[in-house]
Amino acid sequence: MRRPILVPIVLVVALLLASALPAPAQDKPRSGGELVFVVPSEPPGYDAHQEETFGLIHPMAPHYSTLLRVDPFDKTGTKPVGDLAESWTISKDQLTYTFKIRKGVKFHDGSELTAKDVKASYDKILNPPAGVKSLRKVAYTAIASVDAPDAGAFVIKLKYPEASMLLNLASPWNWIYKADILAKDPHWYEKNVMGTGAFKFVEHVKGSHWVGKKNPDYWDKGKPYLDGYRAIFISNSAAQVAAVRGERAMIQFRSFSPPERDSLVQALGPKIAVQESAWDCANLVAMHHEKKPFDDKRVRRALTLALDRYAGSQALSKITLVKDVAGIQVPGTPYATPPAELEKLAGYGHDIAKNRAEAKRLLKEAGVPDGFAFTFKNRGIPHPYEPLGIWLIDQWRQIGLNVKMEVIEASAYHPMLKRGDFEVAMDFQCGFIVEPDLDLPRFVSNSDANFGRHKDTVIDDLFSRQGRATDPDERKKILRQFEKRLLDEEVHVMYTLQWHRVVPHLAKVKGWTITPSHYLNNQLDTVWLSE
Amino acid sequence: MHKYLVKRFLLMLPTLFGVALVTFLLIRVIPGDVVELRYAGDRGAVAQEILDQERARIGLDKPVWHQFLAWITGVARLDFGTSMWTGAPIWDEIKLRFTLSLQLAVMATLVAVALAIPLGVLAALKQDTWIDYAVRIFSIAGLSMPSFWLGIVMILVMLVAFKWLPPMVYTPFWVNPVQNLAQLIWPALAVGYRYSAVATRMTRSAMLEVLREDYIRTARAKGLMQKLILSRHALKNAMLPVLTVVALEFAFLIGGLVVTEQVFNLNGIGLLFVQAVAHRDYTLLQALVMLVAGAFIIVNFLMDIAYAWLDPRIKYR
Repeated sequence: MRRPILVPIVLVVALLLASALPAPAQDKPRSGGELVFVVPSEPPGYDAHQEETFGLIHPMAPHYSTLLRVDPFDKTGTKPVGDLAESWTISKDQLTYTFKIRKGVKFHDGSELTAKDVKASYDKILNPPAGVKSLRKVAYTAIASVDAPDAGAFVIKLKYPEASMLLNLASPWNWIYKADILAKDPHWYEKNVMGTGAFKFVEHVKGSHWVGKKNPDYWDKGKPYLDGYRAIFISNSAAQVAAVRGERAMIQFRSFSPPERDSLVQALGPKIAVQESAWDCANLVAMHHEKKPFDDKRVRRALTLALDRYAGSQALSKITLVKDVAGIQVPGTPYATPPAELEKLAGYGHDIAKNRAEAKRLLKEAGVPDGFAFTFKNRGIPHPYEPLGIWLIDQWRQIGLNVKMEVIEASAYHPMLKRGDFEVAMDFQCGFIVEPDLDLPRFVSNSDANFGRHKDTVIDDLFSRQGRATDPDERKKILRQFEKRLLDEEVHVMYTLQWHRVVPHLAKVKGWTITPSHYLNNQLDTVWLSE
Repeated sequence: MHKYLVKRFLLMLPTLFGVALVTFLLIRVIPGDVVELRYAGDRGAVAQEILDQERARIGLDKPVWHQFLAWITGVARLDFGTSMWTGAPIWDEIKLRFTLSLQLAVMATLVAVALAIPLGVLAALKQDTWIDYAVRIFSIAGLSMPSFWLGIVMILVMLVAFKWLPPMVYTPFWVNPVQNLAQLIWPALAVGYRYSAVATRMTRSAMLEVLREDYIRTARAKGLMQKLILSRHALKNAMLPVLTVVALEFAFLIGGLVVTEQVFNLNGIGLLFVQAVAHRDYTLLQALVMLVAGAFIIVNFLMDIAYAWLDPRIKYR
């Protein structure tokens, strides 16, 4: 009679003991092997300070280090940690940042890295010499000066305190180059590769592949785990899926679509693992404030009230790259809007019948009770633009608007937005780190990307204040005011749905964590293969 | 003959100039430019100052006639300039891709000829028998199926049935022939089959026509062996239209396998064409069009010479 009771007890004890034991051997990083991954694009040039595409970051980031980096294991992609900086201090007035530079870091040519190299690289980013571009210079307007008082210290002085400074210094674009080379030829890095990263450059065969091999002198002893990596350039998405399915490639770091994910999971079963995250890319709707009736905020509000974002999320996430209903920041990140707050914004409430009744009332009040016709311009890219455009038109028709979609070829789209040649148009943005200072400047009145041409000094002031608010709680409060003004009170733009990043990869790829940005976490020093 | 050939050769120059002019103007009609695409991509918010600076650097701020003059004088010196997208010399962009496309074109042509000539001759000799019908069905199937579709089916079969995929990266034949053929044999078969379908039908109809000629009847009356009649008298004369089809198709394959190259992820001229258009890389696109136009013109020229060799009745003046 006693034995049946004993059996489950023994099993439970055995399970508890098993769970208390160290992780199985395969969870410990294993050295060796070559990581093969697909890159849907290719670097046009080699200088990250001057380029704008993930096609450069994915194959080339493993060759370089940055002053700070985003913690490779932080799923929000918002936690800065030291890369070349061993530690740092911030003065009480928050105007001076002093970084202690690691000793023993070597460039791939064998020379030692010092703070002089860090300063030269930041000089190039902040004040590029004539004929050299710096695409993200504008993100560092708070910096008054940079200095390297000795080989081990790099000092940044600010004009005013800036909440985002540390995270901004973890930018994946700010590769540290060798000062002597930059002094001789500031264009050298446009066509050559030489950094301090975990992998050395081997070859780039144009249109085909990029190869890197382990840097045995990497400063973080024991890393990298991989012997090398091979990035294969494949632009066709079906061929990318086939490459993973046929195990010719192990991962594609940008994203696959949900149907592509499903086909891989079905074909490869336990051999595939899937990581997903809200993506720091969003499609917005720009409404031209100088064209009637979109100069009337009641009309703009009616347009956002018509959208059933929650139902749209459910339907569209099955077929394209969008999913989360979000405000001005990616859900799950430090300054994201809490769901309870989000629901208070126009067009974010769950009672869609009530929202649409309110939209119709506003249209009537604005003098267009029977609705009106307009053309919605969309970018000629299948995903997610096409399904999102169709969804928007359907939503607007439900409040009596007659909308025609005009698809504009992708390369002609941005000039069209800049010319203001639209009534309502799809807008878009992708960030490299989720941070209000990086994501929101486009909404300031004098921004080059303020395509709807709104003029709002309140927005400008709130943007400026949030950036200088060094207390996170105070900053959150200002951001919520900014969001309410932008999306609810004035409805200068509309957010549709947040993109959703889906990275299926062979299960043997370990040590890589998805973040909301496809520009982050590509240095590959933590990645290893379990078999 | 020599005079004619020199004249034909010299005529290539105005043809190429015409191609250059039309290409140069047409691609500038397409909206958008390389600078917009490169710097205003995903994030969509690049300062106008940077865009203007970059346009000035690559010469897009100059009047169109100035740009054409600068480019065409370079072409006259065989200097096609640098890619507007990558900044690399055009020849560096093209040479690896050209090697692959040329090899694929040769392999597909070999597959096509190896299938088309025996099948076409057989169908003509066995006209209206089951063999003829089988060959006709085989060739009509080839004409009906686009090579990229056949390629997709081949890849799916390899993936699903054999859990295998051809290598994704091109290895030159002289480096590793096995790896090279493992990658290129599949697209060569897909393209070669469609290509053979056209040539098979052409061979069949040309053979049928020749076999009804008086001189074949005379050869038969003289008691000449069937094998000799076919190889020495019929086939050689039937080859003129077949040669035209094969040669033109060969020239097309150099730059025309746009979709097939994407399906098999081949780093060839067709894929480079697509990228050049997508990036609005004017200089690269102009060079590629000139390359393909040059291939067509040279193939045509060689065909004219081959005609004279195949049919001595043809005299050029």
